[in-house]
Amino acid sequence: MENQSIITIENLVKRFPMGKDSFTALKNINLKFGTGEFTGLIGPSGSGKTTLLNILGSLDVPTEGKAYVLGKSIGSLTTKEAAHLRKESLGFIFQSYNLLQVHTVFENVEFPLLLLKYAKSVRHKMVMDALEWVGLTEKVHSKPPQLSGGECQRVAIARAMVKKPSLVLADEPTANLDAANSHHILKTMETLNRELNTTFIFATHDEKVISYLRRKIYLLDGRVDKDEIIRINQNERS
Amino acid sequence: MKLALKLAYRNLIGAGLRTWLNVIVLSFSFVVIIWLKGIMSGWDYQAKTDMTNWEIGGGQYWHENYDPLDPFTLLDSHAPIPAALQSEINSGDVVPLLIAQGTIFPEGRMQSVVIKGINPEQTIFRIPTQKLDTSTDAIPAIIGAIMAKNSRLQTGDVVTLRWRDTNGTFDAADIVIVEIFSSNVPAIEQSQLYIALDKLQEMMILADEVTTLTFRESKESRPEIDGWTLKTKSMLTRQVDEMIKTKSAGQTILFVILLLLAMLAIFDTQVLSIFRRQKEIGTYIALGYTRQQVVGLFTVEGTMHAVLAAIVSMVYGMPFLIWQAKVGWTMPIDASEFGMAIAQTLYPVYSLGLVVSTVVVVTLTTAVVSYLPARKIAKMNPTEALRGKLQ
Ligand SMILES: Nc1ncnc2c1ncn2[C@@H]1O[C@H](COP(=O)(O)OP(=O)(O)OP(=O)(O)O)[C@@H](O)[C@H]1O
Ligand SMILES: [Mg+2]
Repeated sequence: MENQSIITIENLVKRFPMGKDSFTALKNINLKFGTGEFTGLIGPSGSGKTTLLNILGSLDVPTEGKAYVLGKSIGSLTTKEAAHLRKESLGFIFQSYNLLQVHTVFENVEFPLLLLKYAKSVRHKMVMDALEWVGLTEKVHSKPPQLSGGECQRVAIARAMVKKPSLVLADEPTANLDAANSHHILKTMETLNRELNTTFIFATHDEKVISYLRRKIYLLDGRVDKDEIIRINQNERS
Repeated sequence: MKLALKLAYRNLIGAGLRTWLNVIVLSFSFVVIIWLKGIMSGWDYQAKTDMTNWEIGGGQYWHENYDPLDPFTLLDSHAPIPAALQSEINSGDVVPLLIAQGTIFPEGRMQSVVIKGINPEQTIFRIPTQKLDTSTDAIPAIIGAIMAKNSRLQTGDVVTLRWRDTNGTFDAADIVIVEIFSSNVPAIEQSQLYIALDKLQEMMILADEVTTLTFRESKESRPEIDGWTLKTKSMLTRQVDEMIKTKSAGQTILFVILLLLAMLAIFDTQVLSIFRRQKEIGTYIALGYTRQQVVGLFTVEGTMHAVLAAIVSMVYGMPFLIWQAKVGWTMPIDASEFGMAIAQTLYPVYSLGLVVSTVVVVTLTTAVVSYLPARKIAKMNPTEALRGKLQ
């Protein structure tokens, strides 16, 4: 299942200009991710987790080296091609949900499908399926301000998952959630990972998230410190 | 585009009060612009109609020497009626006028007047000339309300009129005011005295001679006649066009100020929402929008203010505009001071072209004003937008 490579990172360096100098946030990263992984980038604040996720999400580009995502070299995509890659194949989950506040739950989840120009009936079914996964079918007509933090994050997950992307990038998805909600959401993601073979890459330092990961990549000061693959029986933990 | 419209609509409605404030300011511009422009075209229409009905008919032939601005030309500006027009005169489709100079002495004061000889049976002008067909000792004459006011003359008053006939001999007779009429055309009222044409011809010893010939309004163009200058209606109403043009120029300044205010509100909203909605912008990009598409979305959103404003304008503006067209707008100043064919109450006339062009111009301006701040999005770094940390 996890044999095909979905991401290849070669000698990746990311520098940010800082006045006259520059700050190196990622230093010579070399990594490979296979399809269907459930992996976390773990590290203290400032270690470069978000920076790496942004590059994998084609929201940013490497300063040096290469990052191939689904066969595309991130550094050499035009903005249009990058948008196309995100639209077709990527799902983002943000720490702060980033839902569209004036739109209903349904409309928020529907958004990626509108961009993909699915027919109305198809959209309806896909949105309802996605809301079913996260257990929010009763809240279709609510708007984000009326939802709890956990519910918002579940909407965000539904939005990221609704088009069944090949790759989901989740940046601290549980940072604003209590333990019960965190576990609920992680279980949902785990199920989706298993059922749809979606690749999940997390950026986190939350122990709850870490306990679900099947591969842990420790970042420290912009370098890969440790890369552990854990083989656990799904049923053992809970 | 359809998606952008849908999103823009949701975002705008979601923004609530702020949107409606902008929409109301914009709709106010719509209504005021359409109303004022309507007043202008109403004025143009009224002035030209009044001139047609009272002063110029469908156009005129002037004796080649006639110049209404120079009374001294009156001595030489008359000639026998051209034969070509005789049958139309008989049928009442052409009205000849003989114009001469004279002096009246109301209450012992001296006042020079223009004497116009006109056929009492004419039907082209609304001047109640049939009243001239009364037999009295004095010569029956009618005057306009402005003249009556200035000379303090009333119906039934008898005054002495003095004139010089074509041989240069002075003569005098009494006239009696048989009617005072009121038009919106000061040019035919101010110092103008109307008596029967044959009477004036007799007084001037100018049998069968006339100064101007006015023809009835028709679509056919009139031929030139030797010794006479053809004055078409558009030539004779040029003064109105110029007046409207000058007034419109003044209005344009008002429109610009109104639009500027509305646009300032839109611009402000755009700048603020681009600043406050950085995370949302980042989210659109993360979900697969290009930055150009987000620029498009924000532009559509801003422009939609104008569309909503047009709808809101219909709700309260239409009844107002229709009511105005019915009751008219009475000018706070005395219209006769203008010295032009202006009614005291103007009835706005709205054309489809006026409404459409106003909506198009305002909408396009709104689109430009919405686009200018939105361009900034194209330069945004999506990762920084997502963090909401741009300045
Ligand atoms: N746009 C930027 N300009 C300058 N420096 C940046 C920029 N983005 C990130 N950095 C720096 O790069 C380093 C890594 O940042 P990053 O956001 O990837 O850390 P992180 O591991 O996600 O941390 P956290 O756990 O706090 O989210 C930090 O020191 C940060 O200050
Ligand atoms: Mg981070």
